[in-house]
Amino acid sequence: MDPQQSQPDEQLLEQLERAAFDYFLEYTDPETGLVADTSRPGSPASIAVVGFALSCYPIGVERGWIARAEAARQTLKILRFFWHSAQGPEPDVTGYKGFYYHFLDMPTGKRVWNCELSLIDSSLLLAGMLTAAAYFAAPIQEEREIRDLADALYRRVDWQWAQNDHLTVPQGWKPECGFLRSGWEGYSEATILYVLALASPTFPLPQESFGGWTATYQWENIYGYEFLYAGPLFIHLFSHAWIDFRGIRDDFMREKDCDYFENSRRAVAIQREYAARNPRGYVGYGPNCWGITAGDGPGNEELREGDRDRRFFGYTERGVPFGRDDGTVAPWAMVAALPFSPPASLAAVRRVMARFPEVFAGARISSAFNPSLFEQGGWISEGYYGLDQGIVAMMIENHRTGMIWELMRSCPTIAAGLRRAGFAGGWL
Amino acid sequence: MNQSSYRCELLAHARPPQWQNPEPADCYDLLVLGAGPAGLAAAGAAAEAGARVALIERHLLGGVSLLTGAVPSKAIIRSARLLAEMRHAERFGTKIPGGIEENFDLTMDRMHRLRMRVSAYHSAERLKLAGIDLFFGAARFASADRVIVGDTHMRRGTGLRFNRALIATGARPLPTQIPGLEQAGYSTSEEVFHLTAIPRRLLVVGGGPLGCELAQAFCRLGSHVVIAQDEAKFLPKEERDAAQLLSESLAQDGVEIHLNTTVTAVRLGDAGEKLVDLQSDDIRSTIAVDHILTGVGRTPNVEALGLDKARVAYDTISGIHVDDYLCTSNPQVYAAGDVCLEYKFTHAAEASARLAVTNALGGSTQKWSAVTIPWCTYTDPEIAHVGLYVGEARQRSIPVKTITVLMHDTDRAILDGQPRGFVKIHVRDGTDEILGATIVAYHAGEMINEITLAIDAGIGLSRLAKVVHAYPTQAAAIKTAAETYAKSRSASRSPSTIARPEWPVV
Repeated sequence: MDPQQSQPDEQLLEQLERAAFDYFLEYTDPETGLVADTSRPGSPASIAVVGFALSCYPIGVERGWIARAEAARQTLKILRFFWHSAQGPEPDVTGYKGFYYHFLDMPTGKRVWNCELSLIDSSLLLAGMLTAAAYFAAPIQEEREIRDLADALYRRVDWQWAQNDHLTVPQGWKPECGFLRSGWEGYSEATILYVLALASPTFPLPQESFGGWTATYQWENIYGYEFLYAGPLFIHLFSHAWIDFRGIRDDFMREKDCDYFENSRRAVAIQREYAARNPRGYVGYGPNCWGITAGDGPGNEELREGDRDRRFFGYTERGVPFGRDDGTVAPWAMVAALPFSPPASLAAVRRVMARFPEVFAGARISSAFNPSLFEQGGWISEGYYGLDQGIVAMMIENHRTGMIWELMRSCPTIAAGLRRAGFAGGWL
Repeated sequence: MNQSSYRCELLAHARPPQWQNPEPADCYDLLVLGAGPAGLAAAGAAAEAGARVALIERHLLGGVSLLTGAVPSKAIIRSARLLAEMRHAERFGTKIPGGIEENFDLTMDRMHRLRMRVSAYHSAERLKLAGIDLFFGAARFASADRVIVGDTHMRRGTGLRFNRALIATGARPLPTQIPGLEQAGYSTSEEVFHLTAIPRRLLVVGGGPLGCELAQAFCRLGSHVVIAQDEAKFLPKEERDAAQLLSESLAQDGVEIHLNTTVTAVRLGDAGEKLVDLQSDDIRSTIAVDHILTGVGRTPNVEALGLDKARVAYDTISGIHVDDYLCTSNPQVYAAGDVCLEYKFTHAAEASARLAVTNALGGSTQKWSAVTIPWCTYTDPEIAHVGLYVGEARQRSIPVKTITVLMHDTDRAILDGQPRGFVKIHVRDGTDEILGATIVAYHAGEMINEITLAIDAGIGLSRLAKVVHAYPTQAAAIKTAAETYAKSRSASRSPSTIARPEWPVV
């Protein structure tokens, strides 16, 4: 028997979590502290990945994978970088109005790829900063500076500017064209964004903005499960990395007698049901092989097989039961869903490990693979994505100990933002 | 017969060359301006009710719907659908011997022939037989109860008096303000049916229903089609998942999609091609096409009607102002159809005309807001909607729940090789009252009528679950949705949070 198949769950999770955590030690710039978007050569930093790194360092400390002082030093390096980085309307700086560009050059921290000033990625970065501030609470100079800088960086964010005279916020801004046209319609990963924006002591979004966004929600009965619909699985995971949604409800969830945690559990059930039905007949799909979400993909290759015209997408947003589905599975999403449906996640991980061991080579999880192509010697995502490693480490830890959830329960910003969004009950 | 003969026959129906306007009556019970779907329906309904009716048309009977709208476009869409299916013949277990050859001439021949055939149902002769006084010529109000038809400039027209009038002058394509477009040349969604050859490269400006239907059809007929939509999704009024499915379907056909994209300028290239500048956020690009088609909406025909003399309030954006009874600011004058309605559909025009006639002649007080109007975009898959959208319901603080059934889980759709789409039925949460529905399916336009009937007749979703549907049909997806709703009602009475067993994890 494969040793990985016979090892106890706890040991398997330890291995997966550690491999994910190590990404943040291996792909970090020594000067700026910025963390690479992917492990591919020449990859720039992603500010969201930096947010995950900041959130994972405390996990590493608690697990004994990194010394507390070293983690604090690394954290401080990042916070100092952002505090001193250039902010302004120019196209080649790090950020503007307290937000940051999605992708930054690793050694200089300047904007690359002509990318957007990203509201959601800035939010994930800020969530990481607040996690660091909550964890490094010791009355020593270094940790005090972490707390002060995180607070100053958070206060600097001008959410009201980003509102651009609308009720809700757009996805970003570019110096070349101003605010992007796309906003947030329907349930999405933006919950963390609104929670942080509502709690701001300096430039808060008005309470109505959260209602403006949730007015676009759709509560659907799909396959017999009633849930707040969003197709890509990551939407049901990302905000949950920081916020423990068990038992707390906003107006919408009160109306539906549900909460966002239970909702994610149902999202997993729908993923499993969809994969079991497998309407497009992809290889590998089944109740124990699922995880259809945004992420890397095989590219625009076309392959005709039998009576079907199969098309394969590159990096894109996949979702179920409608949305793009080209047979590409994100194995990290199975792991990141662990807190919601532990048996389902573990069964899926073990099944994929047994059938497609390359996907978990060295226990670090690939971003995506396509079993329909895989069996023809086909496609597996090259290298690793920092986002995947971050959410995997955080959600395994939340499943094992609830550490990040507990930490963020004590974060006044998170609590204030949730209350302003209308959340109440449970631990709140 | 050829296209020219078909056009002659169409004219014989829609405006007979030898037509003599009748001698006017002293006073008409109802005078109708415009003989498109609304005008024809109004005149017919009033004549059936025994009223003395005059109908005035400045151009051809049938209006946009017959001449340059729903009728010709659906004829072309049918040909395009066939081509798309033939290209995928192997999916259906067959082969096309010798391959497939598009033939735009034959496609247009068919369109002209069918349009001519449909025009016969509303011919001038039929209207005359029905006792309607049909006048051809431009019409203009001379006062609050009098219209001049004919040469209004020279004041030699015929004066017609009325007790009640109904304005049904329709709408026309909205002009597109793109620098250089006028000089480079383009077709509106109405003019496109005059094309005699398929453009090799076609740009469609606008991703509303007209733009999407024509983009897909021309792509399937053989053009390389680029579509530029100035918003984040196609069909901005429709729900996101429907628009997303349409996007994927267009892409699969080979349409080059540019969302969030503005056409900023057009100019002619050295080889006579049209060079089009596009901008999406900060990304600018230029494409070369042979033809440009605009489908960016419609504007009401309110000009040159003498509305001020009739004391009828209007504006050039929303058209003639009407109340919920479709009465204008002049209590003797009503309006119906595209000239006053937000939703500009043939069936809405006809329904509004009948309601306006009932109110105008019968003295009844039927409300337009109480009428349930479905609509459909005839792409593949079709996208049909009726009633409220979820966003509208939530804005009105109505708790709403959606029952969703995927077409790929519907036997007939699987067997037909048409698995793309869904049925979504929105109910008031806690009840089985149907608030609205969106259907994305090959025959969504047919399927939506069942939901429309249910809403109109006040039939709840629980009741629909008991209606036996023929098997196998794609409309059975509606019954599946109703049954799912019924199950969720019984599950909500049990303590379990999830209404169904989960898959085993081994």
